[in-house]
Amino acid sequence: MKYLDEFRDSAKARILVTEIEALVSTMDVPHDRPLHIMEVCGGHTHSIFRFGIEGMLPKQIELVHGPGCPVCVLPMGRVDDCVSIAERPEVIFATFGDAMRVPGSRKSLMQAKADGADVRMVYSPLDALAIARNNPAREVVFFGLGFETTMPSTALTILQAESEHVTNFSVFCNHITIVPTIKAILDSPDLKLDGFLGPGHVSMVIGTAPYEFIANFYRKPMVVAGFEPLDILQSIWMVLKQIKEGRADVENQYARVVPDEGNAAALHAVSRVYELREFFEWRGLGSIDHSGVKLRDEYAQFDAERKFTIPNVKIADPKSCQCGEVLKGVIKPWQCKVFGSACTPEMPLGALMVSSEGACAAYYQYGGIKQHAAAE
Amino acid sequence: MCLGIPGCIVKIDDAARMLATVDVSGVRRQVNIACIVDEEHPVSSCVGDWVLIHVGFAMSRIDETEAAETLKILTELGEAQAELEAIHLSAAQQGGHAE
Repeated sequence: MKYLDEFRDSAKARILVTEIEALVSTMDVPHDRPLHIMEVCGGHTHSIFRFGIEGMLPKQIELVHGPGCPVCVLPMGRVDDCVSIAERPEVIFATFGDAMRVPGSRKSLMQAKADGADVRMVYSPLDALAIARNNPAREVVFFGLGFETTMPSTALTILQAESEHVTNFSVFCNHITIVPTIKAILDSPDLKLDGFLGPGHVSMVIGTAPYEFIANFYRKPMVVAGFEPLDILQSIWMVLKQIKEGRADVENQYARVVPDEGNAAALHAVSRVYELREFFEWRGLGSIDHSGVKLRDEYAQFDAERKFTIPNVKIADPKSCQCGEVLKGVIKPWQCKVFGSACTPEMPLGALMVSSEGACAAYYQYGGIKQHAAAE
Repeated sequence: MCLGIPGCIVKIDDAARMLATVDVSGVRRQVNIACIVDEEHPVSSCVGDWVLIHVGFAMSRIDETEAAETLKILTELGEAQAELEAIHLSAAQQGGHAE
């Protein structure tokens, strides 16, 4: 497929691996302290495992899998809220497929559906709006989920609903923002990172300027990266080069998709429809200030939180679950006590085992565990 | 949800609502193109453009020049490596040093 295949060329990948090895060999990395590079985005985590990129890298480089999987950072209480909305007889609850199997304290959306709730998997928020148009007697609630990548699509759908005067459509808004999250990670005392691979598709919307603080205040290199193997390898090489040269800059490897200034139309829709929440609760990371958005008062009629009574109860993660430590990169997925035993993709305890973008599911699925078991 | 997929715009369906049909590897689907339309790129000019599609929205116009540039750097790296290897090989055959 155009724009995919040419960035998967294995001969070029070998060239990049050789370049990375050559660069690292000049860098005097201590044996017991490899360079830690965090990929913030779950899409990168998925690609890294799918294409076996960790296995190609010299041992002086360790990838730390960050918190950028929106499904994975959803607290259990939020899933309970979804189930509670979905179980109302008048409601059709529309959601992306990724969120169906995330465990709540009582049940997942999948189980709610099996028990009779009208839960429908949609590809796009526009599909949810179409369901609302076709079912005027029902209340259609779309589960708005994701970072800045999907935030504009939900906003534009709300604007569309407004212009069509659709009154039976609302959004349960759980959109989250990346910058406060990266800042929380940088301020975390148990983390020592040497550089970042920046989230390509979030950056396509917000541009590269919002990351300047990472370079300026925290003095860490950040390279906005594409999602194909060549993109990721080249971005790792660019981070290494910055470290070697003692630089901390924001660079853009993914210029074919990410304009430095971001997407003006998307940002306009976002600022029109949403405002920042004071704080948002994350699974594993706790509460992070200004890390989520809600609908502005002008769009209250499309806000499921105002249309319905939401239980909004905080539910602690299961004690044995160490998703938080994995999310921050403090431990590897396979170091969690329940990984692969009490927690598997079929019966997930924690959200990281649910989504294909979650680090634990990726390790489990693509055999990272074997590789590490052999290395131990 | 976050990865997206490249597709080519083949038809404008509804210019006022900014809806267009894209071809993704032979599969056609209607998407919203509001985020890739601006003064420089009016709706009517979008047919034939390659875009990255996320959850039913074209979110970015893929820049062909930048894509080619990334690949060109990689090709040049490959050529430089081949060149270096050739120098090393020739030096080894002559019993000298490649430095």
